[in-house]
Amino acid sequence: MEAAWIALALTLKVAGWATALNLVLGVAVGYAIARGRFPGRDVVDAVLTLPMVMPPTVLGYYLLVLLGSHGAFGAWLIEHFGIRLIFTWQGAVIAAMVVAFPLVFKAARAAFETVDPQLEDAARTVGVHEVAIFFRVTLPLAWRGILAGLLLSFARALGEFGATLMVAGSIPGRTQTMSIAVYEAVQAGQDDAANFLVAVTSIVCVAVLLAAGRLVPGRVAARGS
Amino acid sequence: MNRSSRPWSVAAARRALALVVLAAGATAAHAADLTVSAAASLTNAFKEVGPLFEAAHPGTKVLFNFGASGALLQQIAKGGAPVDVFVSADEETMDQAQRQGIAQAARRRDVVSNTLVVIVPGSVANAPKALADLAQASYQRIAIGLPASVPVGRYTKGVLEAAGLWSVIEPKMVGANNVRQALDYVARGEVDAAFVYATDAALMPDKVKVALTVPTQTPVRYPAASIVASPNVQLAAKFIEYLLSAPAQAVLAKYGFGKP
Repeated sequence: MEAAWIALALTLKVAGWATALNLVLGVAVGYAIARGRFPGRDVVDAVLTLPMVMPPTVLGYYLLVLLGSHGAFGAWLIEHFGIRLIFTWQGAVIAAMVVAFPLVFKAARAAFETVDPQLEDAARTVGVHEVAIFFRVTLPLAWRGILAGLLLSFARALGEFGATLMVAGSIPGRTQTMSIAVYEAVQAGQDDAANFLVAVTSIVCVAVLLAAGRLVPGRVAARGS
Repeated sequence: MNRSSRPWSVAAARRALALVVLAAGATAAHAADLTVSAAASLTNAFKEVGPLFEAAHPGTKVLFNFGASGALLQQIAKGGAPVDVFVSADEETMDQAQRQGIAQAARRRDVVSNTLVVIVPGSVANAPKALADLAQASYQRIAIGLPASVPVGRYTKGVLEAAGLWSVIEPKMVGANNVRQALDYVARGEVDAAFVYATDAALMPDKVKVALTVPTQTPVRYPAASIVASPNVQLAAKFIEYLLSAPAQAVLAKYGFGKP
């Protein structure tokens, strides 16, 4: 059972980092796409949403080829920084980030599009700086939608398997996440370990989804105002 | 003809359903299908043996399912997979199958043998000259099959434990879910070395090179047996016999397998 707690701690660490990085990236890109009016905007949106519909093994293969020792990006990293991403928890973070990114990006874009531009304009007439407008007007109005997307992205990162297995491999304590541990326990016929891992993962995922459900704007409106 | 759209769409739906049912029936045209779950290392050789068996027994179709022997056993044991013949890469897995009442002991035969080797990426200059070299710092990542489910990992662990090297090498281990995954890791240069079978290494002579041939604690032998729940026991027995026949053994020898 101790191996299960190690896998859980690692899974939370990988999913946590992936979600934190996706928060910054997803919000920034979501804002750019929501507010930006440039030709091909929908195409860019579609490309950014691609990781959500592509099979994780396909994504894993792309990442393996790109970040591997002989890959375009991977070779550069090894040569200049001595950093190897394959078979590391950082590699697992990247795999989880890529598959979960569309969930934050889409939610952020939708949330920013519901913010009334008149409120932002009102702040501008008072002379508030653009950056301050984003943090004091736009973001507070959009944060519920963004948070819901963030929680879904966290849940997705928790359960990521295909891409992670290809890129990070399975090294207990370093890259063997819960989903990989379950897979291997089943293969080895270790039912007790598999059952325990599945139970813990299910509880964590249900908790995350319940929390996300409470943040859906409709329910908030029905409760409060 | 009635012009109203509802009867037309119902008739069209009925025709479509009839077509689907006929098409589904048309695929099951063979006298017998034989499902064979075999160890991953047998992939290339068995894909050649299959058509030979079909030619020798017209009307049969051999369906292969390759993977780590432990994983294959779980598919049958837990999932009740409809397998007729099981060929594993070590006796241990077949013993487990027998203990669980899955494999027919009376039909169990050893069909081939193999050798354990250490491989390194083809592009590296140095190769280990002895097992103990793998303990050096220059070998940071070594791909080894997961001992709980992959026979090649069990052979490896046995060898390293006997040499007193397991505790030093285990921290460097990158677990592989089957032997071909370990081979792939070396071919991509993502690990510094791996333990695979000689037959796997022989598939990629340009990308991997064999550094050491490792004698194992128990001989690397592949037992085959028919599955108790199989509805094609006679055909399964014929397939196992065929594996031991000259044409099949010639194909296996071509890939580097040894006599059982």
